[in-house]
Amino acid sequence: MTASPARLPRRRGNPVAGRVLLGAAGVVLLVVIWELYKALGPASGVVIGDLTVLPRTTDIAMPHVWDMIATLFEPASGGRKGDPVWLVVAQAAAFTLGVAAVGWIVGVVVGMLLAVLMQRFRTAESAVLPWIILSQTVPLIAIAPLVRRWGSQISVGDFSWENWMSVAVIASYLAFFPVSIGALRGLNSPDANHVELFRSYGAGWWRTLVTLRLPASVPYLLPALRLAAANAVIGTVVAEVSIGLKGGIGRMILEYAQQASSDPARTWAPIFGAIAVGLVAAGFIALLGVLLRRYRRGEVPA
Amino acid sequence: MKHSTRIITGVGALAVTALALAGCSSGGSGSSTDSASGGDLTPVSLQLQWYSQAQFAGYYAAASQGYYEDEGLDVTILEGAADIVPIDVLTSGDADFAISWVPKVLGSIEQGAAVTDIAQIFERSGTTQISMKDAGITKPADLKGKTVGSWGYGNEWELFAGMNKADVPLGDISLVQQAFDMNGFLAGDIQAAQAMTYNEYAQVLETVNPATGSLYTPEDLNVIDWNDQGTAMLQDAIWADSDKLASDSAYADTAVKFIKASVKGWAYARDNAEDAAKIVTDAGSQLGESHQLWMTNEVNKLIWPSTSGVGMINQDQWDQTVSIAKGTPNETGATIITADPPETAYSNEYVEKALTELKDEGVDVMGADYKPITVTLKENGQ
Repeated sequence: MTASPARLPRRRGNPVAGRVLLGAAGVVLLVVIWELYKALGPASGVVIGDLTVLPRTTDIAMPHVWDMIATLFEPASGGRKGDPVWLVVAQAAAFTLGVAAVGWIVGVVVGMLLAVLMQRFRTAESAVLPWIILSQTVPLIAIAPLVRRWGSQISVGDFSWENWMSVAVIASYLAFFPVSIGALRGLNSPDANHVELFRSYGAGWWRTLVTLRLPASVPYLLPALRLAAANAVIGTVVAEVSIGLKGGIGRMILEYAQQASSDPARTWAPIFGAIAVGLVAAGFIALLGVLLRRYRRGEVPA
Repeated sequence: MKHSTRIITGVGALAVTALALAGCSSGGSGSSTDSASGGDLTPVSLQLQWYSQAQFAGYYAAASQGYYEDEGLDVTILEGAADIVPIDVLTSGDADFAISWVPKVLGSIEQGAAVTDIAQIFERSGTTQISMKDAGITKPADLKGKTVGSWGYGNEWELFAGMNKADVPLGDISLVQQAFDMNGFLAGDIQAAQAMTYNEYAQVLETVNPATGSLYTPEDLNVIDWNDQGTAMLQDAIWADSDKLASDSAYADTAVKFIKASVKGWAYARDNAEDAAKIVTDAGSQLGESHQLWMTNEVNKLIWPSTSGVGMINQDQWDQTVSIAKGTPNETGATIITADPPETAYSNEYVEKALTELKDEGVDVMGADYKPITVTLKENGQ
């Protein structure tokens, strides 16, 4: 906050260590607010009329942060007896991340193809775009059992559909949307004079796409990819709950919720896992941004 | 040219990183199979109502003890989930048999689902309404003016029927949607909470009572048991496809074999509760050790001793379930069904054959001298 005004616009000039410190400070601040409210807030929560606006401060409603951390090092229950909770959470997070990554890739490929199609043919844009938008209004809980059911009927030779593929498909269903919209805007973003220059050189559609439109779309695409990554992670976790896929964070959240009364801190363990998955996904997109930095001229929000 | 090579490098890097991430998923297979390998076994799939837990101990025991294989069946147990409706999976042909509560299925049957209850595994209801001692709720009439919790989605009918019987109109209680955990009850938001004897009741007993510093005890709680109130409805039953039963004699034979091995599995769970609990845990259940054993024991109590042999559908209990389903309106005035279900809704034909064969093998399908074990719940169900 004390940085001189002259330095502010130069974000890239900030030392990495400073940004890490700021990030850590944000987390610490959150912990302090949580514990302060827990210590000072009314035990029955802040209620206006019949509406609770701030939660209760009991241990069941708001366990101590250190209890949440301590529970990570306690042994897990059931089939994973003996392993510490953090290991079980980490494995579930890795599994969810893997499924989300597959969903993200499928979503990005489908989204890009749709965007190229819509850019190429104006009729395709009028025909497809409304459906793309409509597709996102279908609630996830309605399509999840359907996808599982359709998938279970697919069996070609040695290949048989597995439940995790249904979850990946649902994740891609959420992920393709921002990509198709963002990429379409990006592909249409080159100035008319650039397009006309290509035309005057007699460059074909493919050459124009690869050397002009795709590079120009990067500033639009990166935020879209970031949104797609977040959507893929959320889609994966929700679909795991919905169709009951074993091994991931979504199911773990539900399993641990059953213990919410007797060990309220433990229900937070899989939530930390979900946060970790989100952070890794965001980090991956940041890495992608670094790789494509050559094309990032003035990023536009999606 | 320069641009395009960079793009290709960028896309290549993207693909490599993404593939590395994707690698994580290939290791874990999502299917929850319990299959035995075998040449001439008939593949059979069973759709459960929920995740693997001791509520389904008999089926897991039958699979792990090889009872299904003995009957020539290769059984895959499909776990349920939040949005999986077992009867829909059954009618769409994705499972050969399904486990579901009778009242939940009666509505589907009226809407056209052709399914048959071929074995009524649970004879008694596990649903109760629990409250803290000081609330003084010992019978349905006491619910008047109280905050009453229910999970809804077909879990509410025994409660409504009980209140109906005690002349407490639904408008006289404040009905609260209950979550998966018992936090609402423990915090006092819900005065009378719905609890399965084998699950949520135990969740309360695994929690430290802040007033005493030790776990809640049964003495702290009042329990309204719908079996005692005469408004119990039939719960876990094995459902089969009615049309296939009628037209496909191989499927009908498989049904008999499946019931036979499943009942044998439940007899194993009765005589070896601790081993059965362990089998379920090995199948991937994350429930704690004492909680799992408690659930096995409580589920056994819903089955044993059996009035007319495990799986037999007793006419009086079926009629009671149907009459409640027809005559009990919910808060919107709707009932589960408006007319009697068709004759195909249940059949003792298959279970009778299975029980005869089991008796010939010397398997005790009555459990007349069944004694439950004593399970001590530990904190958090560990």
